[in-house]
Amino acid sequence: MKVYSIYILNKAGGLIYQNDVNPGLNRLTANDYLVLAGTLHGVHAIASRLTPALNGRDTTNPTESHSNKNAAILSTGKVQDANSNKSGLQSIETDLFNLYIFQTLTGIKFILVTSPNPVVHNLQQINRELTNRGELSKQYDQANEVFKHLYIVYSDYVMKDPFYSLDMPIKSSLFDMKVKEII
Amino acid sequence: MSKSSNNRYNGDDIWKNNTEKINSELFTLTYGSIVSQLCRDFNHNYHEVNNQLDKMGYNIGLRLIEEFLAKTGVGRCSTFKETVEVISKLGFKIFLNITPQIENWSSDNKSCSLILPDPNPLTEFVELPNLKDAEILKELWYSQILCGVLRGALQMVQLDVDVNFVKDTLRGDDKTEIRLKLNKFLKDEVPAGED
Repeated sequence: MKVYSIYILNKAGGLIYQNDVNPGLNRLTANDYLVLAGTLHGVHAIASRLTPALNGRDTTNPTESHSNKNAAILSTGKVQDANSNKSGLQSIETDLFNLYIFQTLTGIKFILVTSPNPVVHNLQQINRELTNRGELSKQYDQANEVFKHLYIVYSDYVMKDPFYSLDMPIKSSLFDMKVKEII
Repeated sequence: MSKSSNNRYNGDDIWKNNTEKINSELFTLTYGSIVSQLCRDFNHNYHEVNNQLDKMGYNIGLRLIEEFLAKTGVGRCSTFKETVEVISKLGFKIFLNITPQIENWSSDNKSCSLILPDPNPLTEFVELPNLKDAEILKELWYSQILCGVLRGALQMVQLDVDVNFVKDTLRGDDKTEIRLKLNKFLKDEVPAGED
């Protein structure tokens, strides 16, 4: 999986960080990036309203699963996945790129644009179904791993910068450097 | 430190592996010099010092919550009881390596007390100069910054909470007690996408 770009959105959907990690990409204008961020924020929110299967199933279930997760952290002391994006838009997969969205409890969104899922060649056609699914979830897991590190680096190098003001664009070369290290 | 045996390991794993540690004396002394400097700056107006400490803590809390979530992965709590438990057994554990006792729940389950264990890491070397200045015993809440931190951090996860000290061993009380009171869960501000 190759990472093309990273975006960070504040809880109002404003773009506060943008990093085209892959130098070969065509750039958009500064304004287009903002529009892109706002659109994703909106689509994500709309998607959360369009998941009837999840919402209609059982309203007591979700909170229970959260409590189970918290109870697990309390009893084992093991770190769990910090992603709270359960019913919103989670990923888009196309022939040209994949896009993943990670949201924290505080409403900050991390967005990753990556290379598409690997093509399955004809030779493997017999196992196509299986391989495909394996690759899909593999890339999804890889993206989640990147998100986890990204969030920790964000909490360290952005939130602890005394001159950073909340919800404003991140202009920190130290953070840039740490992001590059992750990828 | 009195801890019941079944939660002795709470937060230990995360605390051991995922957090950076500093010398606790450096921390205690730094905080002490901030408080004493504030007392001088505000001419020993201790109400104002409490306010300033609370404000500083609030600004810390707004940011600290991200680290807490990133390093633990805690999900949204379904009850305030659960929230307080997470604060005590994970939050205080990770950042201060203490586990306050939770006591005194009100009948509506909206307020409770956190009892900080002795010694409180902020006050290890502190003796309030009560002979020179009688007011200080009655007015200064030395560890007020903790209240601000809790208030700020909880606000970021859409909980409107009042936090204040009601007792402090520094003042000669029998224990150090922080009172938490849940005002409101700001449901409308919960980010879209959570189930």
